[in-house]
Formats: sequence, structure tokens, C-alpha cells
Amino acid sequence: MSGPTDSKRDEIRSHAIGYGLALMLTGAAFAAVHWPSFVPTTTLAIVFGLGLVQMVVHFRFFLHISLRKSARDDLQLILFSTLIVILMVSGTLVILFNLRARMM
Amino acid sequence: MSATEVKHAGLNLGDTDELAHQQAGTALFGFWVFLMSDAILFALLFATYGVMLSATVGGPTPASEYKILPAFLETLTLLTSSFTFGMASIAMKHGASRRQLLGWMGVTLILGFTFLGMEVHDFATMFGDGAYPTRSGYLSSFFALVPTHGLHVFFGSIWIIVMMVQVMTFGLDARVKINILRLGLFWHFLDIVWIAIFSVVYLKGLIR
Repeated sequence: MSGPTDSKRDEIRSHAIGYGLALMLTGAAFAAVHWPSFVPTTTLAIVFGLGLVQMVVHFRFFLHISLRKSARDDLQLILFSTLIVILMVSGTLVILFNLRARMM
Repeated sequence: MSATEVKHAGLNLGDTDELAHQQAGTALFGFWVFLMSDAILFALLFATYGVMLSATVGGPTPASEYKILPAFLETLTLLTSSFTFGMASIAMKHGASRRQLLGWMGVTLILGFTFLGMEVHDFATMFGDGAYPTRSGYLSSFFALVPTHGLHVFFGSIWIIVMMVQVMTFGLDARVKINILRLGLFWHFLDIVWIAIFSVVYLKGLIR
């Protein structure tokens, strides 16, 4: 897809596709909250799901991260950072919620 | 090493500028390492926010302070600015006129400042409601997280101005091009952080 040899037209098109997808995902997330049609936990799951998909769209179309072999270094950096984030964030949540439960 | 090789994340200059493309690989990888460390910082502010969410001490709550329309407009503004900056990068890569490049950067700058204006207005409204950082643990964590993103957007906007001046004075040499590529990564990254903010902070707080 959007490799460096691509023509200007292809790059603009890929960029516009990303923008369109991002707009739809944003609109869907806000609509799900503005016109609630599910129970709150389902709505929350929908919002988080749409947010994650939108992040992937941004990485793919705006930051040009893909599973292509030549971008592997960057992909590994992102995956490693994600691992660190998961460890630190879930550690924080587990410890502090546990602490709160014990102090109640 | 061929010029068509993908050297780094983000838009690659490729065969449109061989010299800059050769240098861009390591320069941009280093910037990615910075962005990812910044992402970890934001992730921990999010974790703090999540833990503090119920610590409202009888004061303002997310449901009483957040409004869906301003959050939506801010989201659209930032998303559109990400799009216009991408158009600036493409214009630069394919040797469009300097006026066109500066035009896209100018539009991005205006959208960036519009976003900041709306955000400051939101914060002022919250302060008016008695929702200031020292009121409760929830508000402390809110004002640690969201304005940190706002400050990033502010410094990103300053950086856009600096790059516009560099384009006007130095023209598009390899160094200026690589700097604009870095700025592009930074700007798109801020939009990704904002996705997390509107999902985790605003929309989560507004779900009924």
C-alpha cells in the first residue's frame, strides 16, 4: 500500500480514506453515548472498542504503520511500548483498587 | 540501500528526495522512541485518572462537568487538523509549491489554536462551577491528564510556527524536511492520545 514509490494521488486517497473512517468511528462513539440504546456497560464496551479501532486506523493511515517487513523495527518498538503500558497500567489499577477495597 | 525501501514509520520521502530519505531512518526512529516514552507517561496519567474517578468527595462529578457537544467539536477540530497536516506532508514530499505547503500548515495551526481555545473555555467553565484541581482527587487527576495533552498541542503549534519560518528562510533542504516529518509524527500522535481522552474521560463520564 502506501509505500514511498506510490503516486501522490494514491497517498492523498489513502489519507482521505483514513480521515473518513476516523470520522465515522468518532461519530459512532459519540452517537452511542448521546442516544443511549444499550445498558451502560455495553455502551462503555462499544465506546472503548470503537476507540481502539480508531487508534489502529490512525496508525495505519496517518502514521503509515503496517505489518510490512521493512517497518518491522517501528512495529516492534510500538508493541514493546504497548507491553510496558499494559504491565504498568494494569499493575497500578490492581494495586490501587485493592488498596481502596482494604481501606473501605 | 534502495530509495524505495520503507525506512521508518510515517510518511517516507522515498525517491522524491534521496538525500533526506537516507538520513531520515535513524532520525525518525529516535523520535519514535521519544513518542513511545511519552505514550507511557500518558498511559500512567490515564491509570491515575481511572483510580481517582470515584474520589469526588461530594464535589463535582464527571456527569455534572462534561458536555458532549464541546467534546465532539474539539474531537472534530483535532481530527481535521491531523488530516490537514497529512496533506502538508504529502505536499512537501511531492514538491508542491511552497505556498501550498505553508497553506496546509497554516490551516493546521489555526485548527490547533481553535482546539486550544475551546479547551481553555471548557476549563474556565469548570473552574466557574467550582471544579478546580484542588477540589478532589478526581479533579486533580483530570487536570493532570487533559491539560498535559493540551500543553502538547500548544507546543506542537509553536513548533508548526517554527517550521513555517524555517521553510520560508531555509527553503526545503534535507534538515527542514526531516524536521517536518518529525513534527508530523508528533501531531498525529497527539490525535491518537486524544482518542483515548475522549473515549476514557469524556464519553465514559457521560454514559447514562
